[in-house]
Amino acid sequence: MERKQLYFEDVEEGMEIPTLVKEPTTRQLVMWAGATEDYAEIHYDKDVALKNKLPSVIVHGRLKAAWLIQLLTDWIGDEGIVRKFSCTYRGIDVPGQKVYCKGRVTKKYVKDDEHCVECEVWIENEKGEKTTPGSALVILPSRKKEGE
Amino acid sequence: MAERAFTVEDVKKLIGIEGKPLSLEISKWMIQKFVRAVGDDNPLWQDEEYARKTKYGGIIAPPSLLLAVIFSGSGTRPDIPFPYPRVLDGGIETEIYLPIKPGDVITSVTKFVDLKEREGKAGKMLFLIFETTHTNQKGEIVAKTRSTLINLE
Repeated sequence: MERKQLYFEDVEEGMEIPTLVKEPTTRQLVMWAGATEDYAEIHYDKDVALKNKLPSVIVHGRLKAAWLIQLLTDWIGDEGIVRKFSCTYRGIDVPGQKVYCKGRVTKKYVKDDEHCVECEVWIENEKGEKTTPGSALVILPSRKKEGE
Repeated sequence: MAERAFTVEDVKKLIGIEGKPLSLEISKWMIQKFVRAVGDDNPLWQDEEYARKTKYGGIIAPPSLLLAVIFSGSGTRPDIPFPYPRVLDGGIETEIYLPIKPGDVITSVTKFVDLKEREGKAGKMLFLIFETTHTNQKGEIVAKTRSTLINLE
């Protein structure tokens, strides 16, 4: 399996990150619950979810964060590094509804010999609402050799 | 339950307390279960032969692994009573310093660092902020995470 490498020189401010689409299922939520030991019932027990004023079981916020990090690692390639990431869970997402993980480059610069790229990232639901806005700092390799 | 057992003031007094440290050995299986749940088929997390040719020389965990609540949420949080009935996850921040490889032993310690009160449409809201430091077996800090829990009326 060949994976493409992204370089600092390939990136421009305003550039969009290729969208990652996810179609969460209740099965995936159970897999996440088991893999991360998140046993909060609102993610698998509909009765508990309804009692908590939710429309159904909801996607774990941390799973959405992991998807946004996958959006970044898919994009930056093996040489790229995710240094900082943050997101907030503004809106809920539910199984059976597609989510779109998206991002955009906001700033690029060199600091302490590191090639830094700042991005805004977010998850959008089928209605185009941003349920999970966030931001990230990634470090990319440069095509230029040191000292050039 | 007619009366609340704990008030906001009680919770405020707990700022600064730490949860029990948790040390976990990272296995290939743990990473596999995690990335399968994410639906992330990047070979760097699973394919030893592929990963050997990268700068890491072998499989690493995805940078999201420590976002699992076992490390940086309910698994390590100090026991804080909630004054209101509903609890929601508000968000997460992480800063990553070093990659994690299978065989590493990660010790995670979570501290209750701040409390904010707000009144929203849904009533009174409390934002409880926790910070987790993740250290490997060499004593190096591999990552820090900061998470917010929202406690609602």
